[in-house]
Amino acid sequence: METTDSGVSGERVAAIARGIRRRALELTIRQGGCYLSQALSSADILALLYGKILDLGPSTAPPIPEAFPGVPRPGFHPVGADYNGPRDPDRDRLLLSAAHYAVAVYAALVEVGRMDPTGLKQFNADGSSVEMIGGEHSPGMELTTGSFGQALSQAGGIALARKLRGDSGRVFVFMSDGEFEEGQTYEAIQAAVFYRLGNITVFVDVNGQQVDGATKDVMNIEPLADRLRGFGASVESVDGHDVEAMERAAARPHENHPLFVLCYTDTARGVSLLETRKPNLHYVRFASDQEKQVYVDYLETM
Amino acid sequence: MTTETNVHSRNLVRFAADKPEIVVLSGDLTGSTEIRAFKDAYPDRFFSLGMAEQNMMSWAGGMAREGYLPHVHTFAVFMYRRALDQIEMSIAYPNLRVRMFGFLPGITTPGGVSHQAIDDIAVLRAVPNMTIFEMGDATDVESVLNLAHDIDGPVYVRMIRKEIPRLFPSDKPTEYNKARVLSKGTDVTVVSSGIMTEEAMRATACLQTKGVSVEHLHVSTIKPFSDERVILSAARSRQGVLTVENHTTIGGLGTCVAELMAEHGMATKLRRLGLRDTYAHGASQHYLMSEYNLDAMSVVRAVEEMVGEPIGVTENDLATVRISEFTATAQLEAL
Repeated sequence: METTDSGVSGERVAAIARGIRRRALELTIRQGGCYLSQALSSADILALLYGKILDLGPSTAPPIPEAFPGVPRPGFHPVGADYNGPRDPDRDRLLLSAAHYAVAVYAALVEVGRMDPTGLKQFNADGSSVEMIGGEHSPGMELTTGSFGQALSQAGGIALARKLRGDSGRVFVFMSDGEFEEGQTYEAIQAAVFYRLGNITVFVDVNGQQVDGATKDVMNIEPLADRLRGFGASVESVDGHDVEAMERAAARPHENHPLFVLCYTDTARGVSLLETRKPNLHYVRFASDQEKQVYVDYLETM
Repeated sequence: MTTETNVHSRNLVRFAADKPEIVVLSGDLTGSTEIRAFKDAYPDRFFSLGMAEQNMMSWAGGMAREGYLPHVHTFAVFMYRRALDQIEMSIAYPNLRVRMFGFLPGITTPGGVSHQAIDDIAVLRAVPNMTIFEMGDATDVESVLNLAHDIDGPVYVRMIRKEIPRLFPSDKPTEYNKARVLSKGTDVTVVSSGIMTEEAMRATACLQTKGVSVEHLHVSTIKPFSDERVILSAARSRQGVLTVENHTTIGGLGTCVAELMAEHGMATKLRRLGLRDTYAHGASQHYLMSEYNLDAMSVVRAVEEMVGEPIGVTENDLATVRISEFTATAQLEAL
């Protein structure tokens, strides 16, 4: 079995990714709808991050998530990121920018043993903190990011603060490609480059789809790599299902520049039944019991 | 009354001296928002974020999460208008300790509609977790950093700059959620805020000499708005309550007072001076105050209507109680 410095095998990462896809499909069937395609396109990225790249301490959160604790207020601040371990100076941080990917993060937390599988049963249930589009009270989430394009700016502030303090830990941001239609994203890149924030690494799930259809038809963002290089960022473009390639890309030295790893992905990856429904996969629900049964049968093979 | 210059500039440098967690964020308006002295004194704690306010507000949230205390400076319109979603999601929802200094309130700038913050209070008052202070004089400005420092959450300061009046004793700092009682009386209660207080003071001084008993309150804390002094004064006033604000009358000080009066079951009449559901335009503060009925004479006329008879105050009467001199320098300044 091939292992790396961290002792994590490629098979282990692949198993996490398979688990994310299986759990997301399971939830979609049980709930009658879910952000399934996002989980399918990002499963390998999140598996690599949680399984291998991120240097995180043990979770300090309860294995079974507690009920929604209320909104932040003086003297009280819920921290879903406690599932990612303590925010120590030498530890990495993962900031989920595309909050619609919450289901994929929850599934990843289960796969790496940071959350109990029963936690997923609370998904999108009234009074639960395991929300459909999570907030900073939701497992694995540190920011409240359902309004797109804001996490990278917040990551800039966090990374600058960590740089000023001399923290050795890195700041990872997970973004979706649709966020590169938002003007604020480019303001954030401009500032992160200006302040030479080499402690930021951004993984982008370039799945080419958004609510209205294919990104190239809704509002083209390509050539994304050229755009980002134009801003002065370091950029790697890779197959977002090739774990080794992504790992190599993320290992590229970028001491004084934020690094963007553009992961080109497939929204039907692992559940090819969805191929025919492209590109309208933003929120997958089944039209009939008959269609649902096809996916139930498929789930048993995963 | 004296006029003082660059009060916030000096106060910020002094206040931050023993607070290394304070950082200042600038949106390419360093001189215009009185933070050049801070930049010179603490260059390592000054961060230029350029003309990119959405990023700047979210960035401030990020730094606040890491224990820094961002003091964000730009013109108010570029914060609450341009970057409202960022203020809400990156700062207010997480209840982060970010201090926002919004300059050019209302008609204080000849910069015209794009630069005049006429509805900032209305917008930000509706944002949960937000505390709001409005500055009316040098003592307000000298007090506000301290007031903000004690608050576990975001703070918006409606700031004034350059030459500003000293209306209140410097050894009597502004207090949290406590109006300053400038005169006692029982006929009419006048509640003013910001730059309108100086105008209202001129008016009330004249009105008192003509036999009208005016209770004048200056409000610096706009949110929360629950001051017992305002409630009691409004309840006591025989002829009604007059609010005077450099802001649209929808959602500002007048609305705050109206809500308080209604919640306390008062049937007292309320009149509100302010921008009457209109944008303004580029001209001098003096000119705009007259055009939009925001000057001392407008206060006198409103009180006349409330007491139901002419009081006989003339422009000459008002001129003799001018509190501080207007200057034309604001019109010459680059925006």
